[in-house]
Amino acid sequence: MSEVVKLHFDVDGEDFTSAGQASVQVKKILRQLGINPEIIRKVSIAMYEGEINMVIHAGGGYADILIYEDRIEIHLVDHGPGIANVEMAMREGWSTAPDNIRSLGFGAGMGLPNMKRYTDDMKIDSALGEGTRITMRINL
Amino acid sequence: MKISMIRDLLDAEIVCGEENLERDVFSACGSDMMSDVLAYVKDQAVLLTGLVNAQVVRTAEMMDMVCIVFVRSKSPTVEMVELAKENNIVLLKTKKRMYEACGKLYACGLVGNKTAV
Repeated sequence: MSEVVKLHFDVDGEDFTSAGQASVQVKKILRQLGINPEIIRKVSIAMYEGEINMVIHAGGGYADILIYEDRIEIHLVDHGPGIANVEMAMREGWSTAPDNIRSLGFGAGMGLPNMKRYTDDMKIDSALGEGTRITMRINL
Repeated sequence: MKISMIRDLLDAEIVCGEENLERDVFSACGSDMMSDVLAYVKDQAVLLTGLVNAQVVRTAEMMDMVCIVFVRSKSPTVEMVELAKENNIVLLKTKKRMYEACGKLYACGLVGNKTAV
């Protein structure tokens, strides 16, 4: 399967207000490529949640989007503290986000579950003190 | 339900998007937690919220929502209004509280959407 498009975005970990800008860009590009709107929404939401997570928990990172003929892959990489308990983190409603994040409308413990919900496959590789790599696949 | 009807039912003020008032809305979601909003998707939805920051508009943008209603007289910031205009999202504000605002819309036939994709 030949690789069609590769996109790379740095995610700024300093500014919560601007979090989501990479997702906005991806959404625009997928529209230009004529991808099905339902697929675009799934990719956008999964990536947006991931981007917010990177800003809240990891001080930023980067995102690589690979658009193949039959699938879209989202790779989110950060060098944050890592996820201590991935199984717990996948539970809806479980969150380690601080209160100030909750007052901004996030940290409800829905981020990772949402990312799983909207993708066909999700893999989390995380090491404490080293960082987290999340790979998501959405079939076209 | 048309956005103009939502405006009438909630006695709401139009912040921006007057040209899109005749657009149809098929479902609604009321929440101050954006991840809860992101968990439930339906086409052409309206978001009712008391939260005011740029991520509210971005959440609506990601979900292709067509209208955001700010309850309890909350006012969106200039930045939020610009973001909404760019994405053709109608912004309304109402004095009503969340419970009453949601109740009025629900009672008039705008049901929520409980089905996750």
